[in-house]
Amino acid sequence: MSKRPSVGSTGEDQIFRRPSAGGAAEAPVEEIEVRMIPIYIMGKRYEVPETLTIMKAMEYAGFQYIRGCGCRGGVCGACATVYRKPGDYKIYTGLACQTVVEPEMYLTQLPFYPANRAIYEFNELTGKPEEVHALYPELFRCVACNACSKVCPMDVEVMDYIAAVKRGDLKAASEISFDCIQCGLCASRCMGELPQYHIGQLVRRINGAYLTPRAEHLATMVANIEAGRYKECLDKVKGLDADTLRNIYQERELEPAVAGEDWTPKSNECL
Amino acid sequence: MKLGYYPGCTLKTKAKNLEDSALASLEVLGIEATELERWNCCGAVYSLADDDLIHIVAPVRDLIRAQQQGYDTVITLCSMCYNTLARANELMKNDEEKRNTLNDFMDEEPDYFGDVKVVHFLNFLEDEVGWDKVKEAVKVPLNGLKVAPYYGCTLLRPKEVGIDHPDNPVMFHKFLNALGAEAVDFDSATECCSAYQSLAHPDIALKVSYDILQDATNKGADALALACPLCDYNLGRKQGKMLEMFESANEVPIYYFTHLMAVAFGVPIDRNHFELNRESSVELLKLKNLLSEVPA
Repeated sequence: MSKRPSVGSTGEDQIFRRPSAGGAAEAPVEEIEVRMIPIYIMGKRYEVPETLTIMKAMEYAGFQYIRGCGCRGGVCGACATVYRKPGDYKIYTGLACQTVVEPEMYLTQLPFYPANRAIYEFNELTGKPEEVHALYPELFRCVACNACSKVCPMDVEVMDYIAAVKRGDLKAASEISFDCIQCGLCASRCMGELPQYHIGQLVRRINGAYLTPRAEHLATMVANIEAGRYKECLDKVKGLDADTLRNIYQERELEPAVAGEDWTPKSNECL
Repeated sequence: MKLGYYPGCTLKTKAKNLEDSALASLEVLGIEATELERWNCCGAVYSLADDDLIHIVAPVRDLIRAQQQGYDTVITLCSMCYNTLARANELMKNDEEKRNTLNDFMDEEPDYFGDVKVVHFLNFLEDEVGWDKVKEAVKVPLNGLKVAPYYGCTLLRPKEVGIDHPDNPVMFHKFLNALGAEAVDFDSATECCSAYQSLAHPDIALKVSYDILQDATNKGADALALACPLCDYNLGRKQGKMLEMFESANEVPIYYFTHLMAVAFGVPIDRNHFELNRESSVELLKLKNLLSEVPA
């Protein structure tokens, strides 16, 4: 690795052309000078523009995502990527669609990691911790090594939510695991072979269905609607011609972008 | 002293009665012990293999958390948590090579040198509160209640972390006396309850537990007090099975030591969560008129 050309040596620099957003007919092509850097995708060296995300760099290098590239927006967990840097023993991770390439990084994408999901009839659960313990008894193989938290590309404290499930605090586990995107990297690193992300999903479901208080006002509201609370307003709107309707829509009062908790519209005629 | 409270997993579910009765009693004594904001399972069993360091990671991580949160002392209630945390702490204090290995492994945490003090609730009562102050807080003396103090293994062994002499402990006795109860000596006080053998060899384990209870009642005890959820499982919850298995078996009321303290301190009964005990625990207290005297 040390024999590779050093990053930033001017001889290695290339021009990466990117058409401007307007298209060729409207504006001249914008030229941006971008440094090329070496990265290693599954062990093979490629020169890629330094500004790209890992996902775009892989496409630049010739890989095609026929299917399974995921959302490209950092929320679906399909492009989890593991990488290392020269001279550093640590394992790094990131989402390929969100993480910008670094010189000399060795990477591979890990779109999926097998982890068994317990079969349960959700409606038969009551929200007791023991039910989760029975569905995932491997929970108690956790030795608190923390490899799961260290590898999480979303910085979820995975070990802490597993610890919370073990002590029966499903609400805390649900809150700690909230940012999980189910990429499965935690499961890939677990010496206790736990399927953390499935356990997290189960406790969040339980929290939503059984531990969080029901919104009592919702039933009242549904009853009000069924009793015809908005009928008059809706009938009025339905009877308007298109122009009037458009005007009302365009002139409607909008909630300001930075409104306080106590903001209310001037007219609550149809609320 | 800044006191952090380490509950342990079981005290949050199956042994809620141990936790709540203790916290209620601490309130009476005016002692503030804040639960660690962040903690994980202690590991439950301290590994007997000398080079099995991975199982020391969990308790050491808890001690690091305590230190990070600014506590110099951690108080525990569960015997097993106490044993695991205290032994891991001793190792971090005294074994430089293993300490380095563990600190290197946990490279995401600050290095730890065993600086947090791990104390069991009973130690804390003796050393920091004092039996006289405990006596002063008693509103309902447990007069006429003969209790066998059961230490089991992990409060006493190994002696480096034992809360008292490994063979002739007296701390539990002093505790019971301070509450007005009579401590009944019995040989099995420091025997093993059969621990996890109740899973692998349930019949043998049941006999071991039964012998302990027999010993206590033969010496005249009305009840047995203990400090460990696993001992409670073997000596308390398994009594139904024991009554089926052994003709001469009698129901023996079981208490966490903190139950007795909460009762003597006049803490409202719901804080004791006696619903997690067999019915005999409450029945004996009623029989001895110890619950009716609780001021409203």
